[in-house]
Amino acid sequence: MSTAEAHHDDHDHHGPAPGFKRWLYTTNHKDIGTMYLLFSLIMFFVGGAMALVIRAELWTPGLQIVDPMFFNSMTTMHAIVMIFGVVMPAFVGLANWMIPMMLGAPDMALPRLNNWSFWIMPFAFTVMLSTLFMDSGGPAGGWTMYPPLTLQMGDSFAFVVFAIHFLGISSVMGSINIVATIFNMRAPGMTMMKMPLFVWTWLITAYLLIATIPVFAGAVTMLLTDRYFGTSFFSAAGGGDPVMYQHIFWFFGHPEVYILILPAFGIISSIIPTFARKPLFGYDSMVYATASIAFLSFIVWAHHMFTTGMPLAAELFFMFSTMMISVPTGVKVFNWVATMWRGSMTFETPMLFAVGFVVMFTIGGLSGLMLAITPADIQYHDTYFVVAHFHYVLVPGAIFSLMAATYYWMPKWTGNMYDEKLGKIHFWVSTIFVNLLFFPMHFVGLAGMPRRIPDYSLQFADWNAIASIGAFGFGFAQLIFVWVIIKCYRGGEKATDQVWEGADGLEWTVASPAPYHTFETAPEIK
Amino acid sequence: MNDPNNTNANTTGNTNATGTPADAAVSAGADAAGQSFGHNSSSAAAGPAKESAMRKHGLVSAKLLAIAIGMFGFGYLMVPIYDIICEVTGLNGKTGRVAASEYENVALADPDRMITVEFVGIVNAGGSWEFKPEVSRMQVKPGVTYNTSFFAKNLSSQPVVGQASPSVSPATAAKYFNKTECFCFTRQEFDANSGRDMGIVFVIDPELPANVDLVTLSYTFFRSQPPA
Repeated sequence: MSTAEAHHDDHDHHGPAPGFKRWLYTTNHKDIGTMYLLFSLIMFFVGGAMALVIRAELWTPGLQIVDPMFFNSMTTMHAIVMIFGVVMPAFVGLANWMIPMMLGAPDMALPRLNNWSFWIMPFAFTVMLSTLFMDSGGPAGGWTMYPPLTLQMGDSFAFVVFAIHFLGISSVMGSINIVATIFNMRAPGMTMMKMPLFVWTWLITAYLLIATIPVFAGAVTMLLTDRYFGTSFFSAAGGGDPVMYQHIFWFFGHPEVYILILPAFGIISSIIPTFARKPLFGYDSMVYATASIAFLSFIVWAHHMFTTGMPLAAELFFMFSTMMISVPTGVKVFNWVATMWRGSMTFETPMLFAVGFVVMFTIGGLSGLMLAITPADIQYHDTYFVVAHFHYVLVPGAIFSLMAATYYWMPKWTGNMYDEKLGKIHFWVSTIFVNLLFFPMHFVGLAGMPRRIPDYSLQFADWNAIASIGAFGFGFAQLIFVWVIIKCYRGGEKATDQVWEGADGLEWTVASPAPYHTFETAPEIK
Repeated sequence: MNDPNNTNANTTGNTNATGTPADAAVSAGADAAGQSFGHNSSSAAAGPAKESAMRKHGLVSAKLLAIAIGMFGFGYLMVPIYDIICEVTGLNGKTGRVAASEYENVALADPDRMITVEFVGIVNAGGSWEFKPEVSRMQVKPGVTYNTSFFAKNLSSQPVVGQASPSVSPATAAKYFNKTECFCFTRQEFDANSGRDMGIVFVIDPELPANVDLVTLSYTFFRSQPPA
């Protein structure tokens, strides 16, 4: 990428230092964004390998490849890696790269803090992944870490809590940085309601992170003191209550799922207008819908725990408030479809991923509505139907949006067009296999197959074999993605500044590849 | 802080004042993180601009950090809130505790109403206890005080301390199930291989909803954790 044009520099903080030190000391938002994105790409394969261990074991009934304890630590670690190591850092990476450029700002507001927030992560994940090599094995009580099970884990427990604390510090610092950038660094004339939706969704996401990550940190700290310091927050023997952990956890956990999807909404809202060659339909309503989703996410947490036993009034409240989220989400889907309506659409790879997102995210949203129905949820709870639901919103949802974003902005990052043919192959192979992977899980889930168990009864065998084929197909298809990225970095057809015919926004006014420093003089927005 | 014009007034100022406008704008951002103040001496106009940007960033960051720290505290605040909600609503099967005299001379709406109370004793996984109720069920009249007991025995060869945790089902009946005395209020110490009866005195509130005629009181006996 653009390292050469680091001009002048009367002091050593600007312009890349040579070699590895550049990456260690950098405070440049583009460098840090690149590191975040590469880190999450690597973790995507780490977490993906764990998923393939799970699907290999589940290929046929019976216990054949791994022992159950290791299987459980695979399901636990797969979730932690994918959530905290892939989706969140990838969105932060995109925020780093794109938000200053979209706002006409020279860099993030707090560049040194930015460097810290990134470099904490590799250390936190080293601590986390090292537990797999401990005698006691990795964490195996599920990523939600419910007591009392999680308090019975081996020594890996303390390492995981420590890693989560550090990841939390990283996320909160990153979020503070993003909010400060958005509030203080906008170019003259860039009012709040002129900001691109990706910036808006990230602003709201940053607030969600700042408000909920500390609650999670508190919950795991309580677990830690229960385990090692004799407190009894969650231990019934000392007057505590394990169900209380679930309330505290999901008070964080439900906003967390919107942290994983709101920036995706922003990405899709950038891409669809470009390739439909029409401005986004209903910009204002998109902003309000995002804010409504964020607000509602704080009052629906107990729908994750209908089976713990709740009074009827609480069940009704959490059922209806959960269903209410489908209203602002429906507004969004409607606006995307209305943006495409009678547009001059073309289907380059980013658009394919974006349209795929709209269709498949909606499938995940619909199964979410089914899960919101309290009496039905008691049947669905902890079955593969839940697994199918959240994978539909996270894989062809969040992950597809990240791929769409990569294809969309990669020409701006590298200055070269990616291989369109390979990109399209990547999209179609991924889409076919991802549905082969997750759709059958609805069927086995409704039939009663429980999640997080390495064995299952014979009647689930066929759909599980199909899901495993889908998993391996999807996993290996991502090698195409890596190849497209490498190829694009190395060279290819030169990208124009605007890159896409219908692209609109400040990031498309700078050269391709984007120079090391952009908008040193603020642009004027009319 | 939402005023966009204010945001980049600094940048424009630097543009005019120095030969390297870009540098000043960048350093206004870069130095805001608290690094090297002295480095900017090459551009005279950058000083005030940088300080103003720093102040703004510092203010936003301080507010957000305060929210983050406050939310960490809120996580802990949820613990007492949870207990209060459980106590007020009787959710979670937590039973009430009343003074012995509270139900003396209460006028009963239905003097013939009888409630069946069942007693269940459970030993938490891994504990070597014998733990069972004296009677498994009894017929009681609301507003009248009854005595019963549970028998517990330490089956291990070491002295241990146990703690019983009560739960009432259905949960809607929990707040009407009141105890004046219970072994569950305190930690119970046992010598090796010793056992004893532990008493409980309870009264069912006459306000118990009419559709409830069976109440189950279950105790789970835990090996108590050593005090912190």
